[in-house]
Amino acid sequence: MLDLSDADRSMLAGADGAAAADALTLLIRFAEAVGAPGLIDCASAHVDGCLYHGQASLDFAERFVALGGRVRVPTTLNVGSVDLIHPELFNGDPALGSAGKRLMEAHGALGCVPSFTCAPYQTLFRPQLGDQIAWAESNAIVFANSVIGARTNRYGDFIDLACALTGRVPDYGLHRSENRLARTRVEIVGLEAASADEAGQIAVAAGLFVGRECGATIAAITGLPRVTSEDDLKALGAAAASSGAVAMFHAVGLTPEAPDLMTATGGVEVPLAGRLDAADIALILSRLATVHDGAALSAVALGTPHFSMREFERLMPMCGERFTVDVYVNTGRHEWGQLQARGWDRQLERAGVTVVVDTCTYVTSIMRDLSGAVMTNSGKWAYYAPGNLGVDVGFGTLADCMASARAGQVVRA
Amino acid sequence: MTGMRTQVAGSASGEPLLLDEPLSFWGGFDSATGAVIDRFHPQHGACLSGRILFMERGRGSSSGASVLAEAIRLGTAPAAICLVHDDAIIATGALVAMMLYGKQCPVVVIGDRGDWLALAGSARVTVKAESAAAPSVTAAAAAGI
Repeated sequence: MLDLSDADRSMLAGADGAAAADALTLLIRFAEAVGAPGLIDCASAHVDGCLYHGQASLDFAERFVALGGRVRVPTTLNVGSVDLIHPELFNGDPALGSAGKRLMEAHGALGCVPSFTCAPYQTLFRPQLGDQIAWAESNAIVFANSVIGARTNRYGDFIDLACALTGRVPDYGLHRSENRLARTRVEIVGLEAASADEAGQIAVAAGLFVGRECGATIAAITGLPRVTSEDDLKALGAAAASSGAVAMFHAVGLTPEAPDLMTATGGVEVPLAGRLDAADIALILSRLATVHDGAALSAVALGTPHFSMREFERLMPMCGERFTVDVYVNTGRHEWGQLQARGWDRQLERAGVTVVVDTCTYVTSIMRDLSGAVMTNSGKWAYYAPGNLGVDVGFGTLADCMASARAGQVVRA
Repeated sequence: MTGMRTQVAGSASGEPLLLDEPLSFWGGFDSATGAVIDRFHPQHGACLSGRILFMERGRGSSSGASVLAEAIRLGTAPAAICLVHDDAIIATGALVAMMLYGKQCPVVVIGDRGDWLALAGSARVTVKAESAAAPSVTAAAAAGI
């Protein structure tokens, strides 16, 4: 049985309101299901429950609204089903659109910050090294653990909100130092000197490999390109969490808990899960695409996870004359404000680039034309879009994508 | 059988379905029909409704919990899920469906992969997981015998 604190017992008895008591009941059942000995305080929550997946999504959030619930820690929201800033972009079933909007508003009523981004770590709500947090959204979980060194398990919809409404999180798994060490390793060979454009693809391939081959076992990755950026690590984590149940990785020499391999493993020899050279990387990426070079494109999709300002800085010089096909970039409200301040929103619009805020092109109906293939530089988008949207996918670097948007077909920059 | 543990209580009986690879419920499963829609999955197109699902481990997006809860609400979900390794996202979906709708989808961890495979190969499986201490997963008849 769970070891509850006096404050937990008092919350369970209703001292902090009916919603907190109800949420704590669920959290305790969950803690028992995962074998946690007790609960600890959490510093923040990131809630993924505002994307509409059906009536169950609404029933859960509105239950707490009806009970007068309020979140007890700073809580950001993941993407919703509609772009509340550009609602006209939604072209799906109107009933679905209005249920999605209602769900986003219910979370607002509970006191969550209307951030609607899958990359809350790119905002003012970035956690600190060592913070205990309750985060959902698979890419955000991996990023928080790996790139920031904050501590969260793979919380799903519902539990994230239960943690936010109680300020508590089960004390197990990655909340504990002993469970954060690498237990396998992946070597990238001969690619340390790769260019910035190539580094993005190497990160995606490494991520897909780690997800598939290592799953929930934490991998230490060595040999990533020296120019690997935070955005590349974001892409790596997103790809890894798409192809496997990955919650954390160590990029040796790049991430905070892995200054060297020995620190990442706690001084223990760990088995080698795989060694990837340039040819292996190319093979992994070619399997991700469902169309060959030269295939006709309907669109290019960027920003999964949400584009950062640094990614926009790379994109802007590639935007001149209007592209031949539609280009979509998903980003957060925070970045949208900065785009407007710089006048980049208008420049992007002139080039035929649609900036999508609050949501993402692979989870909702926004893309106008899906008659041809869609090209992306995102491993996550490429992984999920064929199932979600029924489209064929081309894959390439950011430069490849923009050259293809101009050519109207899959080409290499 | 050793190392068996209940993640979510309940009982169910049905025909087993062994997934060759883990499935992400979100993006990989359609709650309206109960079908596997991940086109990279070896069992793309299979219907999971009412089956005792044998999946080695969880996979993919944390939104899987919502999709599973919605499928349980709609009656398109598996009747029970038997894992080799714990999965928090799957457990959450099943716990919430019980909390909101009182509908069961027991989730049991069968720690031994050999036992898990043997059960998955039987003609019919019964899951009884009423208390956290002692779940039982039994095969009514072994396939091919």
